[in-house]
Amino acid sequence: MDPQAAALLGAGLSYGLAAIGPGIGIGIVVGNAVQAMVRQPEMAGQVRTTMFLGIAFTEALALFGLLLFFILFGQAG
Amino acid sequence: MMVWAQIVEVPEDINHLFDWPAVLPWGINRVVLLTFLATILTFLFLYIPFRKPRIVPTKFQAMVESLVEMVRNTIGKEVIGSESAKYEWLLIPMFFWLFFLNIFEITPFINFPVTSRMAIPAFLAMFVWVVFIFVGIKKQGLKYFINTLVPPGVPAPLLILIIPIEFISVFLIRPISLAVRLFANMIAGHMMLTVFFLTTSAYFVLGPKLIAFPVPFAFAVVITAFEVFVSVLQAFIFTLLTAVYIESSLHAEH
Repeated sequence: MDPQAAALLGAGLSYGLAAIGPGIGIGIVVGNAVQAMVRQPEMAGQVRTTMFLGIAFTEALALFGLLLFFILFGQAG
Repeated sequence: MMVWAQIVEVPEDINHLFDWPAVLPWGINRVVLLTFLATILTFLFLYIPFRKPRIVPTKFQAMVESLVEMVRNTIGKEVIGSESAKYEWLLIPMFFWLFFLNIFEITPFINFPVTSRMAIPAFLAMFVWVVFIFVGIKKQGLKYFINTLVPPGVPAPLLILIIPIEFISVFLIRPISLAVRLFANMIAGHMMLTVFFLTTSAYFVLGPKLIAFPVPFAFAVVITAFEVFVSVLQAFIFTLLTAVYIESSLHAEH
C-alpha cells in the first residue's frame, strides 16, 4: 500500500474510532448528572462542576484522536 | 500602525491557520501580538475595578466582582477547600487570560483563537505541572512521590504494574491532556467556522446564489454562538483541572 494512502486512511480512522468511546462515555456522564440534579436540585451546582470535570476527562481521549488525525494528515501531505 | 494592522489582518493564505509568518524581529508574529493584547486586557480588567474599590460598586466593578467571586467559590473553595486563598494568584488571572485568548476566536476583525497554537496551552500546562509538583513536595516532602505512586491498600505483587501506570498517568498524561484539551477544542472550533464561512462565500460567488448560501451561513451563525460557550467552558475547565491537580498534591491519598 502506498504510504501516503495509508497515512490518510489512518488519519480518518483514528479520529472516527477515537470518537466512539468518549461519545458513549459523555452520554453516560451527562445522563447521570441530570438524574442527580433532578433528584436533588439543591446539589445542582456541585453536580454541575463534577459533571464538567467528568466530561473533560472523557473528552480528552477523543481529542487525542483528533491530534492523531492532524499528525497523520501532516505525514500524508 | 503596523502592529495594529497585524491585529486586524485578514489572512490571504489558508495555511495561516497553522503557520503565521513573523512581522517584527525575534519572530514576533500575530499570535504573539494577540497574546500581549490579552495580557493587557486581563491586567486592565482586574486592575481598574479594584484600584479604588467602592462600597457601592459601579456596574463594571459589580460585574468583575461577581466573576471573580464565581472563580473563587466554584473553583477555589469547592475543589481545594479551606486553603484555596493561597492559590488564587494563579487561578483567577489564569481564568481571565484564557477567556480573553479564547474569545478572540469570535471577536469581530480578529477572528483568531490564540490558544489554537500549541505553544500557549503547552507552556501553561508545563507551568501547572511545575506548580502541582512543587506544592506536593512543599506539603509532603519527598514522600509526595511515594504517596502518589503507591496507592494505599494495594497488594505488593501488583505494585510492579501500578507504579508505572500511576507514574505515566500523573506525571506524563496530566500535562499533555491538559494542553491538548484546550488546543484541540479551540482549533476544532476555528476550523469549523473556517469551513462554514468559506462555504458560504464560495456558494455566494459560484453557486446558485440565494438558494444555497443561507444553509452554511445559518450553521456558521449557530457555531459562532456555540463557540462563545466553548470559550468560557474551556477557560473554566482548564482552571478547574489546575485546582484539582493542586488539591491532589495537597493531601496524601488515604
